[in-house]
Amino acid sequence: MDWIVPLILTVITASTPLLLSATGELITEKSGVLNLGVEGMMLIGAITGFAVTVSTGSATLGIIAAAIAGMAIALIFAFLTLTLMANQVATGLALTIFGVGFSALVGSGFVGFAIEPLPSLHIPFISDIPVIGPILFGQDFLVYLSIFMVIASGWFLTRTRAGLILKAVGDSHDSAHAIGYNVIRIRYMATLFGGAMSGLAGAYLSLVYTPMWAENMTAGRGWIALALVVFATWRPGRLLAGAYMFGCISVLQLHAQSAGINVPSQFMSMLPYLATVIVLVIISSDVTKIRLNAPACIGKAFRPAQ
Amino acid sequence: MTAMTGNTTGAVEQRTGSGPAQLEIRGVTKAFPGCLANDNISFRIEPGEIHALLGENGAGKSTLVKMIYGVMQADAGELLWEGKTVTIASPHDAREMGIGLVFQHFSLFETMTVLENIALAMNDVRDMAVLRQQVIEVEKTYGLPLDPDRHVYTLSVGERQRIEIVRCLLQNPKLLILDEPTSVLTPQEVDKLFETLRRLANEGCAILYISHKLHEVKALCEHATVLRGGKVVATCDPRAETAKSMAEMMIGQKLLAPDRGVRPAPGDVRLAVKNLSLVSDQQFGTDLKNISFEVRGGQILGVAGVAGNGQNELFQALAGETEIHGTPDCITLDKQPVADFGPRRRRRLGAAFVPEERNGHGAVPDMNLAENGFLTAFRRMALSARGLIREVPTRSFADSIIKTFDVRTTGHGAEAGSLSGGNLQKFIVGREIMQDPGVLVISQPTWGVDAGAASAIHQALLDLAAKGTAVLVISQDLDEIYAICDQVVVMAAGKMSAARNMADASIDEIGLLMGGLHDLGANPAPELNGGQNDPA
Repeated sequence: MDWIVPLILTVITASTPLLLSATGELITEKSGVLNLGVEGMMLIGAITGFAVTVSTGSATLGIIAAAIAGMAIALIFAFLTLTLMANQVATGLALTIFGVGFSALVGSGFVGFAIEPLPSLHIPFISDIPVIGPILFGQDFLVYLSIFMVIASGWFLTRTRAGLILKAVGDSHDSAHAIGYNVIRIRYMATLFGGAMSGLAGAYLSLVYTPMWAENMTAGRGWIALALVVFATWRPGRLLAGAYMFGCISVLQLHAQSAGINVPSQFMSMLPYLATVIVLVIISSDVTKIRLNAPACIGKAFRPAQ
Repeated sequence: MTAMTGNTTGAVEQRTGSGPAQLEIRGVTKAFPGCLANDNISFRIEPGEIHALLGENGAGKSTLVKMIYGVMQADAGELLWEGKTVTIASPHDAREMGIGLVFQHFSLFETMTVLENIALAMNDVRDMAVLRQQVIEVEKTYGLPLDPDRHVYTLSVGERQRIEIVRCLLQNPKLLILDEPTSVLTPQEVDKLFETLRRLANEGCAILYISHKLHEVKALCEHATVLRGGKVVATCDPRAETAKSMAEMMIGQKLLAPDRGVRPAPGDVRLAVKNLSLVSDQQFGTDLKNISFEVRGGQILGVAGVAGNGQNELFQALAGETEIHGTPDCITLDKQPVADFGPRRRRRLGAAFVPEERNGHGAVPDMNLAENGFLTAFRRMALSARGLIREVPTRSFADSIIKTFDVRTTGHGAEAGSLSGGNLQKFIVGREIMQDPGVLVISQPTWGVDAGAASAIHQALLDLAAKGTAVLVISQDLDEIYAICDQVVVMAAGKMSAARNMADASIDEIGLLMGGLHDLGANPAPELNGGQNDPA
C-alpha cells in the first residue's frame, strides 16, 4: 500500500492545473465568451511565474505575476472580441499561437534554471497522520485555491445575484441588454477572471509540477481544460470530478509505463486526449444536458443596438 | 376631453386633464445615420389612460419606446414625468420612476426559472423568499397564474408574457408600455390580458399600448397617436374609427383589402399528408401525432394554432428539413411520395417553402439579395451553368423580385440583413412565388410585417392560388387566416383538427381549439356567445 499515497499525490498535482484553468474558462463561457486561448494564457502565466520567481526569489510574487500576466493576455482578447468584435474563435486560436511563441521568446533565457518548488502546507501532527495527512493537509497553496475556486464558482453561479446576471448575459445578451445590464462590461470581467485562472494554472506547472521552464510545457493541457468545460456541461461540480478523472488518466499513463506494461509509450501519452474525445462524444449525445446548461450566446458577438 | 378624430395635420391633440400628464413627450427627435427615426414627436398620456401608439414597422415606435425606457437618449426634445422634465439615463432609471415595459420579443432567459427571470429585472435586490411571496400575491390579485419555479422553456408563449407583466407589476408601475403584446396569444388569452390592463388603468396606471392589430386597439384604447416616417401624422379616438381608417392613417394611403376575386374551383390534390407522426428531435419540441390533411390546387389552407404546438415540426416535415424514412407516402406532392426526400428534391418537384424565421432560415443575412435569390431559385430559374453562378440572370432575377413585390431597398447588392422585416419578407415570398411553384408552404407570412407589406403579401398569395397552386399558410394570426384562407385546420399539442370551411368556422370555436380545450375531432364545438364570425 506504500504506493497509494504517492499515486494520489501525483494525481492531485496533475489535476490542479486543469482544474484552475477550466474553472476560469467555465466562468468566461458562462458569460457567453468562448476564449480558445487558454493554452496561450497558461504558457504566458507559466513563464511569467517562473521568471519572476527566479528574479525575485519569491514564489508568491511569481504566482501573483502569473495571474496578472494571464489577465493581461485575456484583456487583449477581450478588447479584440468584445470591443472590436473580432471573431472569438479565430482570436482565441491566435492568442494560443501568440502565447506559445511569446513565452518561448521570453523563456529562452530561463531554460535550465532551477527554483525551490512552492512550499507545501505543514501542520504539525495533522499533516503527519498517515495517508490522510499528506493528502489533505500537506498540499501547497494553489491546490487548496483550485478546490476553493471551483466550489466558490458553483456557489457564485447558483446562489448569488451577480452569478444570475452573469448567466443571464451568457443566455441571452439581447434580453440582458434590454433589461439594462452592461453586457460588455460583465463579459470583460468574466474574461479577465478566466485569464487570471489560466495564469495561475501556468504558474502551477512551472513552479510546482516540474518545477522548471520548458518551451511549450503546457503540452495541450489548455485544450483539455477547454474540453473539460464541455465535459462538465458547464457545471462546477462535474468540473471538479472531470478534472480529477483526467488527472488520473494522465498519471496512470505514466505509471503504466514505469510498471512495464507492454504498450508503446506514445500510445499511453495519447490516452488523455483520446479519453477527452470519447467523453466529449458521449456527453454531446445527451442534448438535454447541453441545452440546459450551455450558455446559449456562447461565441456570439454582442452589438448593442445603437 | 376632445378627441380630434382623424386629425392628419400633425398638430398635437391638447387635452385638459385635471393635473399634469403621467408622461408628456415634447418635440422628441432622434436621428440615426441616414434616417430621422423620430422627428419632433409630441403627445401626452394621462394617468389611468390607455393610449395606443400606432405605426408601421420603421415608423419610429420602437425608437420612441427605447427613449422612454432609457435604452437610448433623444437628440432633442424633452420628456415630462408628472409635469417635471426628466432625463431617463437607463432602464434602471425608468423602472425607478415607475415605467414598466413588456417587450415584443420577450426579454426572458430560457434556462432559468420564472422567479430568477423576475429577480433579474428587479432594481432592488430582494430576498428570493420575499420575492416569491410577492410574485404569488401579484399573480393572485391580477389573475395571472404562474408557477415561480418552472423553467421558462417549458412555458407557453402566453405564460411567458405573463412573466413579463408580473415583473412590471411588481414594481408598481405608473406607466406600463406594451409592445405588440398580443401577436402570440389566443383570442381567449387576449381577452384575459385586456381585463388585466383595464383593471390596471382603473387603478390609475397609464398604459401605452403598441400594436398593429387595429380591432384590438379599437376595443381597448381611448386615444391613439399615429406615427409615420418618424412623425406624428394623426391622433384619434380609436373607438370612433374603423380598423380600416386607422390602417390608412398608418400607411398614408388607401388600404386595399385583399381581393379574393373569384376563387377557382378546387383542382386536384397537390399536397397530401396522411397519418404523419413524428417524434421531434428538438429538446423542447412537439411531437406530431397522426396528422392528415390535403390541399388542392387553387386552394389556400390555413393552419391556425398558438406557436409551439407542432407548427415548426410540421413545416420541417413538409419542407424536407426533417426527412421521414420508412413511410415515404405519408407526404405526397402531386401524388408522388416525397416524405424521404430532402428540400432540394422536393423543390425540383415544384414545391416552394417560406419558413417563419426570415433572417438565418429564409435568407442569409450577410449575403446580398442577388445571392439570396440564387440560393433557392438556381435550378428552377436556371441561374447556374456548369457549377458556376450566372451573374446576369441572377441579378436580374433579384431585380425582378424587387420590382414586382415593391421591395424597398437600394438594389440587388443590398445585404438581406439590412432590409426591414417587411421588405425582406416581401423579397423572400417574392422569390418563391416568382418560381411559379405548384405547392407553396409558408409559415407566418406576415409576422412582424407592417400593414402595407402584409396586404401585398396576402394579395400575392391569393393571386398565386388563383393560378392553380396549392398554398398552405401556417399562421398564428387569425385575422390573416380569415382574410385569405378557404379552409382552416387547427393545431394543438401536435394534433390537428379536421378541416373546416372558413365560412363555417367561428372565431370562438377556433380559439377554443387553439387552446386545446376540446378533442380535436370533427365534432362541432358548443355554441359560445352566438359565435361571432368577423374579428374586425
